[in-house]
Amino acid sequence: MLILECPYCGVKAEETELSPGYEAHLKRFGPGSSPEEFEAYMFARKNPKGVHFERWRHTYGCGKWFLAARCTATLEVFGTYPAQVSEPPPEIIEKIKARRPDWKGFK
Amino acid sequence: MSDPISALQGASFQGFASVREIGPVGMITLRAKGLKSLEKAVKSVTGTKLPAQRRIEVNGDRACAWMSPDEYLLMLPYADVRTALTSIAKSLAKEHFLAVDVSDARAVFRIEGEKADQVLQKLSPVDFETLQPGELRRTRAAQVAAALWQQDDGYTLVCFRSVASYVMGLLVHSAQPNAELKS
Repeated sequence: MLILECPYCGVKAEETELSPGYEAHLKRFGPGSSPEEFEAYMFARKNPKGVHFERWRHTYGCGKWFLAARCTATLEVFGTYPAQVSEPPPEIIEKIKARRPDWKGFK
Repeated sequence: MSDPISALQGASFQGFASVREIGPVGMITLRAKGLKSLEKAVKSVTGTKLPAQRRIEVNGDRACAWMSPDEYLLMLPYADVRTALTSIAKSLAKEHFLAVDVSDARAVFRIEGEKADQVLQKLSPVDFETLQPGELRRTRAAQVAAALWQQDDGYTLVCFRSVASYVMGLLVHSAQPNAELKS
């Protein structure tokens, strides 16, 4: 079972109280972008075994979108943070590096 | 004005805890964040201070609950909602806010008795051991959204009116005699 702490209301919400929003930190390619960029934005998603950044919505709680860093293989949660950022905050990166020294980084 | 009618007209059940639908209760959803006069506007309606994160401030038959970083739920007698909306509009004039009367969109239940928490433990993924008095928890009751908090010798649960009979069914089933989780 996955338990994520909502950064907006502080509730330790169990997976059934949340809705998944899939991969986080996507950069949008809209009008004016090349077909390859648009295709990648539209369809190409990371599917790592290991560290992954995701969007989640606290549907049955405060209703806010937030972001979470977790390991897809072990369900270990490294942390959650508000969604108004374009990259994971440094403290989350630090935590992941401490737990997964061979992790290749966010990019 | 026509008489307000609650969703289940006060249905009740007595099992290992008592369950009853109360209401109609006046409710106002107030969406606003970081406004100067917000504290004053809430106080003028409920007589309470602005609740901190996840808290509910109760003052007799009035209360103000924190629902999300930019949302509050004001509870008050059904008949006073209209004047309350006027008073909020006056206090928050020229500021960005939204206040809506949602009294008729909600159903409210009371679950009372020594083992009231056990009725809810079966329905919601909430750790009742760590739920503080005066803390409002938005969660789900089986398949529908609900908000609950401890008050006096029991719990109050708020859900949408459209699912009132579903929630009553859940509570009745959960509170069946001899169906306690622990005695």
